Amino acid sequence: MPAIEVLNGNSAAAEAVRQVNPDVAAVYPMIPASEITEKIASLAADGQIDTEILTVESEHSAMSSCIGASSAGGRVFTAAAARGLAAEHETLFIASSLRLPIVSAVVNGALSAPLNQNTDHSDSMAERDCGWIQIYSENPQEAYDNIIQAYKIAEHMEVRVPVMVALDGFVTSHSAENTIIEKGDEVAEFVGKFEPLYSLLDTDNPKTIGSGTGPDYYFEHKRNQLQGMINSRKIIKEVGKEFGDRFGRYYGFFESYKLDDAEFALLLMSSSCGTAKEAIDRLRSRGEKVGLLKLRVFRPFPVQELKETLAGLKALAVLDRVLTPGSVGGPVFNEIRCALYDLEKRPRIFPYVYGLGGRDIRMEHFEEIFADMREGQTKTAETGAAVRFINLREEDG
Amino acid sequence: MVSLQDLARKEDLFVSGHDLCPGCSIPIILKIVLRTVTSPVVVTNASGCLQAGSSKFPGSAWKLNWLHNSAENAAAAMSGIHATYSSLKKRGKLPVEKEIKFLIIGGDGATYDSGLRSISGAVERGEDFVYLCYDNQLYAHSGGQRSAASPMGAATGTTPPGSVLPGKLQARKDITGIFAAHKIPYAAQTVPWLWQDLHKKAETAFESPGPAYLNVLTPCPTRWSTQANKAVEMSRLAADTCVWPIYEVRYGRKVTVNYKPKKKLPVTAWLESQTRFSHLSRSENKWIVEKIQEEVDKDWEFLLASETKDRTN
Repeated sequence: MPAIEVLNGNSAAAEAVRQVNPDVAAVYPMIPASEITEKIASLAADGQIDTEILTVESEHSAMSSCIGASSAGGRVFTAAAARGLAAEHETLFIASSLRLPIVSAVVNGALSAPLNQNTDHSDSMAERDCGWIQIYSENPQEAYDNIIQAYKIAEHMEVRVPVMVALDGFVTSHSAENTIIEKGDEVAEFVGKFEPLYSLLDTDNPKTIGSGTGPDYYFEHKRNQLQGMINSRKIIKEVGKEFGDRFGRYYGFFESYKLDDAEFALLLMSSSCGTAKEAIDRLRSRGEKVGLLKLRVFRPFPVQELKETLAGLKALAVLDRVLTPGSVGGPVFNEIRCALYDLEKRPRIFPYVYGLGGRDIRMEHFEEIFADMREGQTKTAETGAAVRFINLREEDG
Repeated sequence: MVSLQDLARKEDLFVSGHDLCPGCSIPIILKIVLRTVTSPVVVTNASGCLQAGSSKFPGSAWKLNWLHNSAENAAAAMSGIHATYSSLKKRGKLPVEKEIKFLIIGGDGATYDSGLRSISGAVERGEDFVYLCYDNQLYAHSGGQRSAASPMGAATGTTPPGSVLPGKLQARKDITGIFAAHKIPYAAQTVPWLWQDLHKKAETAFESPGPAYLNVLTPCPTRWSTQANKAVEMSRLAADTCVWPIYEVRYGRKVTVNYKPKKKLPVTAWLESQTRFSHLSRSENKWIVEKIQEEVDKDWEFLLASETKDRTN
């Protein structure tokens, strides 16, 4: 029988790691992910896992050592957050380019300055082009489920791409909820054994890994590296279904909430989706045709599926939890508007930015956004300003 | 002492096909170091001359498992490999009796500067590896800019002698001292001219339980503007002028000076042999030459004095 435990997101993530029991975990403390590293270290100290815990001296070294460990044929885990993920930037590209199926929890947090340890998506959005699959979690249950699935996706022979599983700092990482923890042997069976394609410890078959290339080969290498990300579209869906068939919780690229007959909808990711659902229920009780699309997989971006799901809307509000100065709206907005452009009839799409540095977004804010869309009186329409800020103590625009 | 015949009989793990510069002393050093080991070797290599010159796709000069990651993290990458090695043995996925030696290689830029944190971290964790720094005293592959290993007075791409400034103003970082201060089993420095000393030191490093550090002066004909056949001779001058003392430190406490020149040459013999110091012959730069001599003398006296104090007990 699975157990129901009251766990916060960090503990749920650590539970997934306990059950997956990777060969190596590289740990370095960074708020709000530090607790994951401590939990894993405790599990090892008590002999509940026999994972080698590598207590590195920086985030850069955490990812660098994951690259070494994975190249040596190990199943690898690490956890990162905020400024720490930014410190890994260079190495994240190397991990994906070497097609190493590393799994990293990313406990989302703001970037300096000013220093802020609360959540927003500045960290993982800054890494959106580093070649990693990105899966976002709404709550501890999803963090647990996503990490388990991440191993199966990353290590799939057609994929071999690293995966980051994001959860919102503090809101999810430190808030306890009822979480179903599946039986360890069932999880182990679901994830399966890791079969490395090559290993630096296979000394009978020497390999040169991390070659240099010039203009004569580099482009072909980059194109070949892309194949895993392309193939992952199919595998993410398959693994989400297989997970559901076994454990009863099904996953796809996104979750549609009351979208079937909706005229107006929100699109966002992670923890705020819970509040958005409550706001939608309240508006629905007043007879308003509103819904939510909770985006789970940002990389690869599910273009076709989103086109099919969003085509019938009158208007869509895309909420980004990151500031991208100088751009036309945030990264999720950009991708969505680009994805829907080819539709003959498409909804109006409005960009919003919310929740920077852990700023709350409440039911009334979602209601304001719907009112804004319905009236067609967004700042975007009025003034041409690209983005409207939600719950900001200042005149907009 | 090992003989050339002994060395010649060993298989080369670093082979032809690399495109390092003519006269580069890296292959000389590397071939001696790799010929000391009997177990299979896994190498992580920081970005730099050796990495760039040995691994250009689709070729490779390496007949061993080799990983390049980036400039500043060759040690961290090795930590990961080492952790997998321990883990897989513990889990029965790798035979317990299978012995592998781990060698991290970086130039002075990746060692003294950008990689120092990750090397220090790996050393502090006590992992069993040898770190080899091929120290050519500047960022040779990037075009010859200053590193923390560049000696005082040197002209480099970023310390060009001009009408106001006389080249690099600072002395080089005492990197061997830094790693000795980590109290690792073995930290040593030498030059390719003393090839038997280098061989012995590499052997000792690989046999040491835990981290070992080797700092080897690596004359760079291209950036030092010397003739391609002078690399070994340059390294001899470095040893004979004591600008590059030949010594080893065990557990941070026991110092042994392995080469004491019968006649200690003045530093001018070293400085005048390389174009990178030619501006020091100008009268207004005389003070730098005096300062270099003074520092070399003080360091040498300190080293000789350290040798007499066995602090292992």
